[in-house]
Amino acid sequence: MISYDIVIIGGGPAGLAAAVSARKSGIEKILILERDKELGGILNQCIHNGFGLHTFKEELTGPEYAYRFIEQVLEEKIEYKLNTMVMDISPDRVVTAMSREDGMYQIQAGAVILAMGCRERPRGALNIPGYRPAGIFSAGTAQRLVNIEGYMPGREVVILGSGDIGLIMARRMTLEGAKVKVVAELLPYSGGLKRNIVQCLNDFGIPLKLSHTVVDIEGKEHVTAVTIAEVGKDMKPIPGTEERYTCDTLLLSCGLIPENELSNKAGIQMNPVTSGPIVNESLETNIPGVFACGNVLHVHDLVDYVSEEATKAGANAAKFVQNGSKDTAKGHVVELKATDGARYTVPCTVDVDKMEDLLTVRFRVGAVFKDSFVSVYFDDERVQHLKKRILAPGEMEQVILQKKKLQEVKDLKTITIKIEAE
Amino acid sequence: MEKRELTCIGCPMGCQITVELENGEVLSVKGNTCPIGDNYARKEVIHPERTVTSTVVVDGGDKPRCSVKTAGNIPKDKIDECMKAIDAVRVKAPVKIGDVIIDNVLGTGVNVVATRNVD
Amino acid sequence: MYDVIIIGAGVTGSSIARQLSRYNASVCVLEKCEDVCEGTSKANSAIVHAGFDAAEGSLMAKMNVRGNELMGQLAEDLDIPFKRNGAMVVCIHKEAIDGLKTLYDRGIANGVKDLRILSREEALEMEPNLSDNVEGALYAPTSGIICPFMLNIAMAENAAVNGVDFRFNTKVEAIKRDEEGIWHLRTNNGEYTARYVVNAAGVYADIIHNMVSANKIKITPRRGDYCLLDKEVGGHVKHTIFPQPTNLGKGVLVSPTIHGNLIVGPTAVDLENKEGNNTTAAGIADLIAKANDHVKNLPMRKVITSFAGLRAHEANHEFIIKEVEDAPHFIDCAGIESPGLTSCPAIGEMVGGMLKEKMNLTEKENWISKRKGILNPQELSLEERNELIKKEPAYGQIICRCESISEGEILDAIHRPLGARSLDGVKRRTRAGMGRCQAGFCSPRVMEILHRELGLPLEEVTKSGGRSNIVIERTKGSNGGDEA
Repeated sequence: MISYDIVIIGGGPAGLAAAVSARKSGIEKILILERDKELGGILNQCIHNGFGLHTFKEELTGPEYAYRFIEQVLEEKIEYKLNTMVMDISPDRVVTAMSREDGMYQIQAGAVILAMGCRERPRGALNIPGYRPAGIFSAGTAQRLVNIEGYMPGREVVILGSGDIGLIMARRMTLEGAKVKVVAELLPYSGGLKRNIVQCLNDFGIPLKLSHTVVDIEGKEHVTAVTIAEVGKDMKPIPGTEERYTCDTLLLSCGLIPENELSNKAGIQMNPVTSGPIVNESLETNIPGVFACGNVLHVHDLVDYVSEEATKAGANAAKFVQNGSKDTAKGHVVELKATDGARYTVPCTVDVDKMEDLLTVRFRVGAVFKDSFVSVYFDDERVQHLKKRILAPGEMEQVILQKKKLQEVKDLKTITIKIEAE
Repeated sequence: MEKRELTCIGCPMGCQITVELENGEVLSVKGNTCPIGDNYARKEVIHPERTVTSTVVVDGGDKPRCSVKTAGNIPKDKIDECMKAIDAVRVKAPVKIGDVIIDNVLGTGVNVVATRNVD
Repeated sequence: MYDVIIIGAGVTGSSIARQLSRYNASVCVLEKCEDVCEGTSKANSAIVHAGFDAAEGSLMAKMNVRGNELMGQLAEDLDIPFKRNGAMVVCIHKEAIDGLKTLYDRGIANGVKDLRILSREEALEMEPNLSDNVEGALYAPTSGIICPFMLNIAMAENAAVNGVDFRFNTKVEAIKRDEEGIWHLRTNNGEYTARYVVNAAGVYADIIHNMVSANKIKITPRRGDYCLLDKEVGGHVKHTIFPQPTNLGKGVLVSPTIHGNLIVGPTAVDLENKEGNNTTAAGIADLIAKANDHVKNLPMRKVITSFAGLRAHEANHEFIIKEVEDAPHFIDCAGIESPGLTSCPAIGEMVGGMLKEKMNLTEKENWISKRKGILNPQELSLEERNELIKKEPAYGQIICRCESISEGEILDAIHRPLGARSLDGVKRRTRAGMGRCQAGFCSPRVMEILHRELGLPLEEVTKSGGRSNIVIERTKGSNGGDEA
């Protein structure tokens, strides 16, 4: 069996940053396995700008952002295989992969980094009633068709979901000559960036209808019309509020789901809130030597944070390979919890003895909070209390934990992040 | 006097800002809760600008389209015309990231450049 | 002129076609859609029923039990998966417990083998996720699960290999009988003539029948909504779980599918519209409520798709399989609702037998009884798979990530007899696009393969024929085409 020090599953932004970081940490034999025909992942179809403000202090398009990392992978001569599907990961880190050129083969990995990204929630999972004709796309599929393949899915469009991909596609389809008639959003607020609402919808006079959903799809062969209706507090459509739009295309931008089929098969423990692996301060899963980063771990809104997280995963995987299995003894492990408006944390545990001096803990809130506080509790004692003008589910938040503060509390069991009114 | 309603894009607050204008001069900015909103509103009402991103047709490449962008912002009211110029272009592979696809588009002083390689 | 024309390429028409392909006869199947398995056959519970439901002495009971008997060998001959997972009819109301005995007695009278009545404890031991209210159950071990697409496709494919002609996108618009007794079928694709006609038109069987007979019949499309759940929860129940039947049918069942998903459904709503297979919010809500009556902790968050099918319901709830009295040489197969899928091998045998006798057909010497299915590389060892990829590299390229379907399987589906010509055609033959992302990932890739293999412009690649094209034109308007 061939062997590599680190095998990275996925050549998108997370996988690329993890690979570069692992190389810079001194690892020689790194292999990136990518199922598409090029590196860069979903960024290749995200041709709009707005990427990289944190990382590069400039506004890049998706392909440009990806290219910054691809260049480094090429310069560092990191090996990668394209058109390669990973079929299985075993608990002892044997990766089974397959491609046209190489057939099906196994690789013994010193460490594995999961960087498979996420996928879109399909119509089926939303239980949208109506017919099942052609012309219904997840926004990302339409984005690929328009931006990569150069084909228009339709001319008259209704979009369900005001996540950023839906907003971006509203503008994109409009610029390519389609008429986007309405964007409906089930929730009373949009999960998309304000900038996208202004520049993708308002600029083109596209109405955004909050607290609305699709209640019917017409058309036997191809979509001919979509009916939306207002929903009440119970999220159920209110009779009498129906509005019918003739159209040939329905785009769905209704959430992203980390793609953890491989992780599940490998027996990796999952966090039901994020649908991503449960990880410790090193972004390591319950299987020693298997790390996770990027959207497969939890769905991000900014690629900059993906790169940052992946850089840590790469360095930690390198450390694991270099220290071997000598360093498996557990130190003082503290559990991280999210309550009172905070939905989850990444990581889920922190080993006080092994953590770096500073640890970034990322989390999301479950609703919009104005003029509230992000509080951190060490057991029952509040140790951080940070005023925020606004907290929204669409924006990932973070707190920083200091190793020396954690060390000061001898029997520290739980760190809790809460959203408090005062 | 003219009144304009804007949504601030500075943060998720999305403050609804009202700007009062006369003869192209801003008289007042209301509704913002911080200086970011004030700055944004003054620029947005006088000369709003946008970056345009799209694709151009590629001949003889491994992909039928190459993604492009305006290398800087252009006036917002030129978006349509800019798209027409971009749509009319055909380039031959290979294209390198950063290649100028349209020089000084619509006399804005801004180039349209490739944002990826097409071999 | 054909000896026999069959109208409809669902499971009934295809089974009859396969049966007739044994004989020296010229046979043609006319299908209004672009592929086989486009009507009632494509959207149902996918159950091979044991046969205790249908009324004692009815043709429906006879066909059901015989169809169930034949299915094992048929599945083997056609190389399609079939499993007798057993069914349980669950009683959750003490006062209704006698109903189980009624069903049991009916099943015995119908000739169903190995039926047993289970106590509450026995039932819960076999199926721990039954409702806490379970009082007892009828257990039918001969009940099974099958893939209706594969069954339909395999029968049609085998018939085609044995010389049956299939004409797709061909809708019968009028039927007349001339003085010599020859049937003339006018279609959108010209006229077809035959000595015998078989009406296997599903929900349209009344329209076809009424073209030739003064004794009108009416087929009511009875819609059933279904939810299909992720494979992750496919093991929630092992058996097919039915409530006790009512006059609207067998009720909302919960069952594993042959491919490892969990299916919940159907509802039952009578319609006028024969194309009304749209799901409704009320329908989905109704079936979720009903399924929870007899199975607990149903993980409805794991729904990957919902769909609706139309049963071809006839008022007497009985199969009409006979020569039409005032239309000699015209044979109806009407009212083929559940258990139609189970019964199709028996209906094929019966109608094939009728025609053989009437027309004095002789058996072909070289009839090919077996059909090889599309290779499933997932059943191979790593070494075998490697050998395969060396020979056929397309098997090394995964196209559908959710179901792990390779390009090799898709190429086979396109190029075999009656091959796939659309995304749905590929999906039903290979399962590409049937997984949890519901074709979001693989659609553009499968479109590309269809475009390349069939020489179709991408704008003409469809979801399921007709006007169901996926993309409408190139971007960039008139400048968007390929290099001249």
